[in-house]
Parts: sequence; structure tokens; C-alpha cells
Amino acid sequence: MRNARHHLWKGLPVGAVAALSGCANLTVLNPRGQVGSEEKTLILTAAILMLLVVVPVIVLTVVFALRYRASNTKAKFTPEWSHSKRIETVIWLVPLAIITTLGILTWISTHKLDPYRPLAASGTPVTIEAISLDWKWLFIYPDERIASVNEIAFPTNVPINFQITSDTVMNSFFIPQLGSQIYSMAGMRTQLHLISDAPGTYAGLSSNFSGQGFSNMRFSAISTSEEQFEDWVSKARQSPDKLDLDAFEALEKPSEDVPVQYFSDVTPHLFEDVIAKYMTGAGSMQMTGQVGAQASN
Amino acid sequence: MLGKLTLSQIPYTNPIIMGAFGFMILAVVALFALITFLHKWKWLWYEWLTSVDHKKIGVMYIIVALVMGLRGFADVVMMRSQLALSFGSSQGYLPPEHYDQVFSAHGVIMIFFMAMPFLIGLINIAVPLQIGARDVAFPFMNSVSFWLFVVGVILVNLSLAIGEFAQTGWVAYPPLSELNYSPGVGVDYYIWSLEIAGVGTLLTGINFFVTIIRMRAPGMKLMQMPVFTWAALCTMVLIIAAFPILTVVLALLSLDRYLGMHFFTNTLGGNAMMYVNLFWAWGHPEVYILVLPAFGIFSEVIATFTGKRLFGYTSMIYATVVITVLSFLVWLHHFFTMGSGADVNAFFSLTTMVIAIPTGVKIFNWLFTIYRGRLRFTTPVLWTLAFMVTFTIGGMSGVMLSLPGADYVLHNSQFLIAHFHNTIIGGTVFGAFAGFAYWFPKAYGFKLNEKLGKRAFWCWFVGFYLTFVPLYILGFMGMTRRVNHYDNPTWHPLLIVAAAGVFLTLIGILLQVTQVVVSFLQRKQNLDLTGDPWDGRTLEWSTSSPPPSYNFATIPVVTGRDAFWEMKHNGAVNHRPTEYRSIHMPKNTGAGVFIGLFNLALGFALIWHIWWLAILGLLGIVVTLILRTSSDNIHYYVPAEDVARIENERAERLAR
Repeated sequence: MRNARHHLWKGLPVGAVAALSGCANLTVLNPRGQVGSEEKTLILTAAILMLLVVVPVIVLTVVFALRYRASNTKAKFTPEWSHSKRIETVIWLVPLAIITTLGILTWISTHKLDPYRPLAASGTPVTIEAISLDWKWLFIYPDERIASVNEIAFPTNVPINFQITSDTVMNSFFIPQLGSQIYSMAGMRTQLHLISDAPGTYAGLSSNFSGQGFSNMRFSAISTSEEQFEDWVSKARQSPDKLDLDAFEALEKPSEDVPVQYFSDVTPHLFEDVIAKYMTGAGSMQMTGQVGAQASN
Repeated sequence: MLGKLTLSQIPYTNPIIMGAFGFMILAVVALFALITFLHKWKWLWYEWLTSVDHKKIGVMYIIVALVMGLRGFADVVMMRSQLALSFGSSQGYLPPEHYDQVFSAHGVIMIFFMAMPFLIGLINIAVPLQIGARDVAFPFMNSVSFWLFVVGVILVNLSLAIGEFAQTGWVAYPPLSELNYSPGVGVDYYIWSLEIAGVGTLLTGINFFVTIIRMRAPGMKLMQMPVFTWAALCTMVLIIAAFPILTVVLALLSLDRYLGMHFFTNTLGGNAMMYVNLFWAWGHPEVYILVLPAFGIFSEVIATFTGKRLFGYTSMIYATVVITVLSFLVWLHHFFTMGSGADVNAFFSLTTMVIAIPTGVKIFNWLFTIYRGRLRFTTPVLWTLAFMVTFTIGGMSGVMLSLPGADYVLHNSQFLIAHFHNTIIGGTVFGAFAGFAYWFPKAYGFKLNEKLGKRAFWCWFVGFYLTFVPLYILGFMGMTRRVNHYDNPTWHPLLIVAAAGVFLTLIGILLQVTQVVVSFLQRKQNLDLTGDPWDGRTLEWSTSSPPPSYNFATIPVVTGRDAFWEMKHNGAVNHRPTEYRSIHMPKNTGAGVFIGLFNLALGFALIWHIWWLAILGLLGIVVTLILRTSSDNIHYYVPAEDVARIENERAERLAR
């Protein structure tokens, strides 16, 4: 029995120690933006609320098991006792109370953190259209008319409005330190609103398995000052490459570990056209202009 | 002639695959040689393969499930060692096209060919005995179910060497699983192994539902059924309602792949979101198909080994029924990140959380069963206590994931992986092991070695936490699932710890294999002559171990819950009738085996587009079914003298 006691406790501290030592690397719990911060608070609140019942259950399991072991004949033994209105009321009510609290939290937080909801922050939002390809991310800045592969930049403290689609299988667009992710799907437009509150380069990735090159389908998200963002835009503008249909077709072809690339000009409505090509069914690109915008809704 | 099948489809240049397949071939050849050497083919055919006895079918289910568990665990060893190695400049030893097959096969095998058949095997062994029945409602159909499951197993294993398995993950989401992106036969192996095995599961669902509803011993009311039987009943309802969805969704996917239709394609109006919805409309009830029987096992174990009535029987049953219903209302929580509106996400989040209430009640009921009991620390009890701790943690991480706001950052991460292993291993696998040790003496007539069983348990328990606590942390570090290479130096140590956990679990598994071998060798010392080795409470312990083919010489009459416990306390146990009657029993039949073989031909032919063989297989199934259904020679009577002889022999053994 001593053996049992010894081992039962072993698993828990291991986790705690590992968690503490790696704290700075827990990117999801080290958010750099409003959305991520709210999600972190939500995770911690929910965890604490549930620990209120989880800890007693674990402690009681160990305590009861030890106290009522067969060899302890001094402990009370009531073999026919199997019902107690009082206990049963409590064991239905305690989980009910916690879940009710969590439920209220859910309703409020789910609406507040809806990825489609524009963020209330000052500054003109930056719009970035993201297209998942095999196996890289193409980003189009429609207002600046530039594009990039596997790298985005945006000013700190300015809301970013992501429009997302896929020109291949389903992926998920995710920058862990900024918060929410959302799927990218062919023929459809999904939306995501994020903001960063500290400059830095954050890891971005696809979190939905999409085939062979999936592990390397990563990008950098650079949060920076207004001036440096302008520099980044003009760096892209100086690129000799232009993203026309031919360039896009070349980019569409499956490739892995793709280096960062910039495009100084983008064919108008390319994003809508990528969506629209799956709506027409032919699977080929046409200059359909605004059709995609309507079809995607 | 052979469709798409050519010699080039066999990956004989890959040493890992060829090694694994060579090992499998060797094992099968060695097994065949051993059977031939011992002259056991006849015995095997007449006593086992053609048997319609629920106990023998149950044993066969469990044997296949254990073998597939080893196969699935070999995948684990490969994945965890790959991730411990493939950091930075090292790419590890598994290239993506192989690694992606490994994790897809791991999921499919562990869910469909290990966990479910293990539990169905235990249900087969225990449920008819618990309700005082002599067999299931449709014994022949039970044999068909088993052989259809075996066909799925064979197809999945064939994919190792002939062609490839799916590289899509076990969910096989389109468009990735469509012909455009997965042109090989991998997804077809996935589709047909699950279609065929899935039909078998559906038949099991119908079979046991009818058995439990119609064949209970006289006097046994619904609210007097053992908790495991209740859990099985709810599981069967889930199977009957959920499995047709899987069958249909995979059929639609096969129409896309075989006939160029567009249910889930990117183009021509296809919509992959429909697949995702339908898949999880089956997939979430499936989670409870896996865990409800385990809950039932823990209830039996804890009541038996505390020597005490189960606390809150009525609460327990209502909680099970509530979970059964709610499990159909939560499927969308598997894809909160698809972009549904806040109202939709919040609705499915709330229904998900509500399930935590009846589940919490169950945990408290087990706690208060231990309270003021006399708990004997046997192996099944250790698994049960470990379950109560582990599953509570898994439930907590599950509720966290059910919050859309939290799921937006934890979805598809290692946190998710840790969560569902926390519940499936901590719930289903621990439950299956508890049930295995608990009912083993009933099935085989001798007990398992306790010392080795406990050692195996501790390796598993510590190994589990060592493996999955790092994954929880990795989830917070932004590591997604299904990654096969990474550059982040902070992940590396944790992945090494996880690999060490797998190594410890491996030792646990080796100890379990040793336990079965040693227990077999020492069986004379551990014989269970009474049929009631644990001082049990339910009817399966009232008959001998192993039970005679007819289970009960006279059908017991039930007056309350814990029927056998009541009998023992009323002194009604050893009252033997003065005369026995002949017993009507179903006859063994090879039809199930033949239907399985024709299904194997059909499945293999469909995968490789060998149309003549597919037609032949289909014809074979239909003809076998017609022959079987038009045969009148399907029953026999165990003569009264034989019953008397068997029962007297048992009485003599007991008296000695």
C-alpha cells in the first residue's frame, strides 16, 4: 500500500516542474495581442474553476482508497448502504453550478472572441488576404497592391483584417502568440481579426494537416512600427517579381520549404478569382472580378 | 486482370516496411506451423472459427484486438522516436509519405481495430451471462460481425505491403482524401476496411440491443440490470444510430473517388464541410461508444472489490442515458475554427459542457461506493483508481477545449492530442485492461498473475503521464499535431521525455504479455473452481468458469439488483435441481467465415479495381447468405444426460 501512495503522486509534480521551467516558451500563454490575452485569461479562468472540483475528486479518490482498504478493519463498513438523497443532490448540483458558471462565461466570451468580429481599436485596419497553397502561404495586401510568400508585416497596435481562402486542401491559419486560428477552405472565404501589442517576429503556421509538406508550412508575422512597416512595403514594391496569372500558376505548384518572396504588383481581385474558380467548377482561373466576392458569402 | 495492382505497388525498397511485413508473415507462418504440428486445425475450425458461442467469439475479438494493439503501438514507437530525432538539421528516419501513413494507421487501428473490438469482446463474454441468457439473440449474426471485423483487420495489414495506407490522418478529411490529392490506394484501403468492419459493428449493435431487451432472465427488470449491461445497452443504441452515418459518409467519399461525383470535392458544388459535419456526427457518439462500456466495467469492478452495493445506481443509469442522448448534440465542437457564427459555436459549446455534469456524477458515485467499503487492491481496482484520477484530468482538459475561445488557440495542437489520449487511454484502455483482468478467470477458468499485472500497471500509469504531460505543455508552446519535423529547440527536451514515457509503457506491455504466458503456465495453481473468484455480485459469477456452452443449466430467476449477491445471501446458490432438461442451442456454422472470405475478396477487389473479383465476392456473399437462411439444420439439443453429467462434474470438483 505504501507503494501505491508513493506512485500516485509521482505523475503530478513532474508536469508542474516541467511547466514552470518552460514558462517563457509557452507561446500560447505568452500572448502579444488583445485576442490572445483574452483567450489566455479564459483558459486560466476555466482551469481554476474546474480545479475547484478536480482537485477534491483526486484527493478524495486517494484518501478513500487508502482509508477504506480491505486491510483497515477499523474503518466503517456499510455493505448495504447505496443511496443518500443528500449526497446525490450535492453531486448533481456541484458540477451543475460549475458548468452553469462556465456556460455564462462561454456565451459571453464566444461572442466577444468571434474571429469574424472586427476589433475595436484606433487606427485604420490593415487588410491581408491569405491563400494557403501546397505548401506555403501567399499573402496579398490589396490596398498596397503588393504580395508576399511566407512572411507578413503589420504595424503594432493596428487591427489586422485577414481574409482567408485556400487554393488546395483545407489548412488552418494560425499565429499562436496573437490568438485565434481559422480554417482556410477552397471556394470559401473565412475571416480573422487580430492585433498585436508588442513589436516582434511571431511564428505563423498551418495547424491543419494538409499533406506531405505540411510540417514546413510556416511563415513569419512581423509586428513593427508604422515607419518600419512602410519600409517593408517599399521593399516589396522594389521586387522585380509581379504576381500576375502566370506567376500565380507557377506558385500554385506543390513545393516545400519555400523561402520568403515579395511581389511588387498584384493582378486586381486575384483573391476573389481564386475563390471563384472553385465556384464555376471548371477549376481554372478566369478574370471574373467581383463574382468571387458575392459567391463566397 | 489485376486492376491497378502491379508488382511496382509493393514497396520492396523500403527496409522498414519490408521488415515489418516480413515479421508479420513470419509470425503467421510460425502460427500455422504450430497449429499443424499440434494437429489442431480441426479443433480450431470446429471449436473456434465456426463457433457461434458468444463467449468464444468474445475471446476471439479480444485476441485480435490485442494483436492489433501491438501493431498500433509499434506505430506509436515509430512516431515518438521520429519526433525525438527529427529536430533541426536531422530529418529523422521517417520521410513524410511514410510518417503520414503511420499516424493515419495508428488512429484507425487503435479506434476501430483495438479499442472497439476489445470492448465488444468483453461485452460478448459478459453481457449474456450477466442477464442470465444462454446466448445472444442472433448467434450466427454475431459470428458474421466478428468475421467482418477480421476482414477490416486483414485489409489494414495488407496495406502495409501491398500498396499503401491513407496519408490523410484517421479522419480522412476531403479534399485531401479526394482523388486529386490522394491518387493512391491508401484512402481506398481506409474506406473499405472501415465500411466492411463498420457493417459488422452495426450488426453487433442490433444483436446486443435485441439480446438485452428480449433475453433477460425472468424477473430482471430494466432497472435491475447490472450497470455494465446498461452501459452496453446504451452503447448499442449509439452504434445503431451512429454507424449508418459513417457508412454513408464513406460511401459518398467512395462515389467521389470511384465514379467522379462531387459530394466533397473543391469543384462543381462539392462541399468538404459536409463530410466534416457527417464524420463527426458519427465521430462524437463513437467517443461514447468507446467510453460507456468502460464506465460499466469500472462500476462492476468497484462494487465487487469493495464488497458493497454500487452507490447511486439510479443516478448512474440516468447519467449514462443522458450522456447517450447528449453525445449526438455536440459534434460541431470538433471544428469551432471552421468559421461558424458565435451563436452556433456557443450552442455546441454549451451542449458539450453539459455532458461534464452526468460524467462528474458518475465519478462521485464511484467515490462514494469506495466510501465505507472494504477495497481489495487487485489489478482491476488499480486500473479503476488510475482511471478516476486520469479521466478527471482528461475531462478538465476536454471542458477547456469545449470553450470556443480556448479552442481557437488549442485546436489541432498537441494539447488536443494529450486530451483525447487522456480520456481514451485513461478511460477506454484502462477500462479494457480492468475488464480483461476481471473477467479473465470467467473466460478461461484460471486467474491472471497478480504480481506481474500490478507491475505492468505501474509502468503503464507512470509511462502514460510521462508521455502526455509533455504533450499538454507542447500544446501551449504552439506545437500542432501531425508534424514530422521541427526547428524549435524548446520542444526537443519535452519530446524526448514523451519518447521515454512510451518506452516505459512498452515495458508495461511486455510485462502484460509475460503475465499472460506465466499465468497460463501456472494455471493449475490459480484455477477458479467456484466460478466466483472475486466474491462477485452479478449472474456471470453464478455459473462455472469457463461456463458450459449453454451458460446456465437452469435459467436463474431474478428478484433484485445484484442478483447473484442476493442468491448468496438467501442461501439459494447451491440448490441443484433434481432433474435437468435438454437445452436448445444454435449449431456452429462456417457460413460466417465464408461470408468474411468473400467480403475480403470484395474489399480487396474494390481497392484495386479488380472488377471480376468484386462481382465474384459479392455473389459469394449473397449465395452463402441464401444457403444459410434456407437451411433448417441450425439448432440442436444438448441432451438432459449431458447437462446432468456436466453439472455433476462441476459439483464434484467443488466438493473436492
